[in-house]
Amino acid sequence: MTAGTANWSFTQDDFTGITESLNRFLGETKSICALLVDRSGQLVTTVGDASGLDTTAFATLTAADYSANDQLAKLVGENDFSSLFHQGEKESIYVADIARRLLLVIIFDSRTTVGLVRLRMKGEIEELTLLIDRVFSRGRNGAAPEEHLLRGADDEIDKLFNW
Amino acid sequence: MINYASREINCKIVYYGPGLGGKTTNLEHVYGKVKPETRGKLISLATETERTLFFDFLPVDLGTIRGFKTRFHLYTVPGQVYYNASRKLILKNVDGIVFVGDSQAERMEANLESMQNLYDNMAEYGYDLTQMPFVIQYNKRDLANASAIEDLQGALNPGWEVEDASKHRVQPDPYHAGQNLVEQVSGGEWVERAPYFEAIAVNGDGVFDTLKAVSKLVLKALA
Repeated sequence: MTAGTANWSFTQDDFTGITESLNRFLGETKSICALLVDRSGQLVTTVGDASGLDTTAFATLTAADYSANDQLAKLVGENDFSSLFHQGEKESIYVADIARRLLLVIIFDSRTTVGLVRLRMKGEIEELTLLIDRVFSRGRNGAAPEEHLLRGADDEIDKLFNW
Repeated sequence: MINYASREINCKIVYYGPGLGGKTTNLEHVYGKVKPETRGKLISLATETERTLFFDFLPVDLGTIRGFKTRFHLYTVPGQVYYNASRKLILKNVDGIVFVGDSQAERMEANLESMQNLYDNMAEYGYDLTQMPFVIQYNKRDLANASAIEDLQGALNPGWEVEDASKHRVQPDPYHAGQNLVEQVSGGEWVERAPYFEAIAVNGDGVFDTLKAVSKLVLKALA
């Protein structure tokens, strides 16, 4: 475990729960796709049609965008801006905080409206917060399987670096 | 972060250091040398004069361990002192740090200021730099005004005290014969230093050695 930094892992069950929830949200709001990104910029999962999108770069820039806006909020005396909306000519994005750990990014176009996305977002955030809390509480209880994944893998790690 | 669903291990490495020290050059060299299929786009949020404004970002796939794809996210921070707010944001949830020092004698003060700033920013997040993967790169070794390595080490990597008695044993520096990363100094106390590398990043010298060392430390910290 890396000292000092956040360390956590998703299981297949977590993934299934999150995917089902986001698929339902995309269907209800007729949005194009949803990305779940951790606050350090790493992509957790993508649901919907993200073809043609560089999701790794997108995740990184979203986290940076959100972090910068978080600081802007503090400068004007707000705790945070809990969501961000960027409007484009054809496609727009809506970013919302999930449990102060993750960011939910929704990409949508003219087949829906920002009003509908925003309206349904509240329930979606609540649902995802419950799922994410489960992931983190398991980590805190020390039952996360990731601590054992790389144990004894020193040889394999060394081989990676035979460049 | 380990994602069991997508079978990926994602790690974040940040290149830190004074302005114009060669952080972006390190990433540009990696970008130019690794196979296109193992890396993503190099994203630079820079000013019109190509000074880093927010960060540079390069994702690199190193290979597979235990069936998990290991992906390293390499970031640089803006070096100039007045960009501290954005610099601090990039350190959030970092897994490993590379400090890129500028070997030129007249940049010593800028190096020291940046190193202190790194410790301070890490401490504000509650991270202890001495307890996590951390390597130092002394860049621009080819310049005539480069300081001696001993001087740079003395100023930027003097070592920190090892309090845990179980770690009081000599640990040789695998990268420099005859030197140690952990050793007992003349005063009797045990000190540990970060591994260091000499580099000429514009030519690529030392760039991969540095990346390799920090990546390995990050993965071993997970093991």
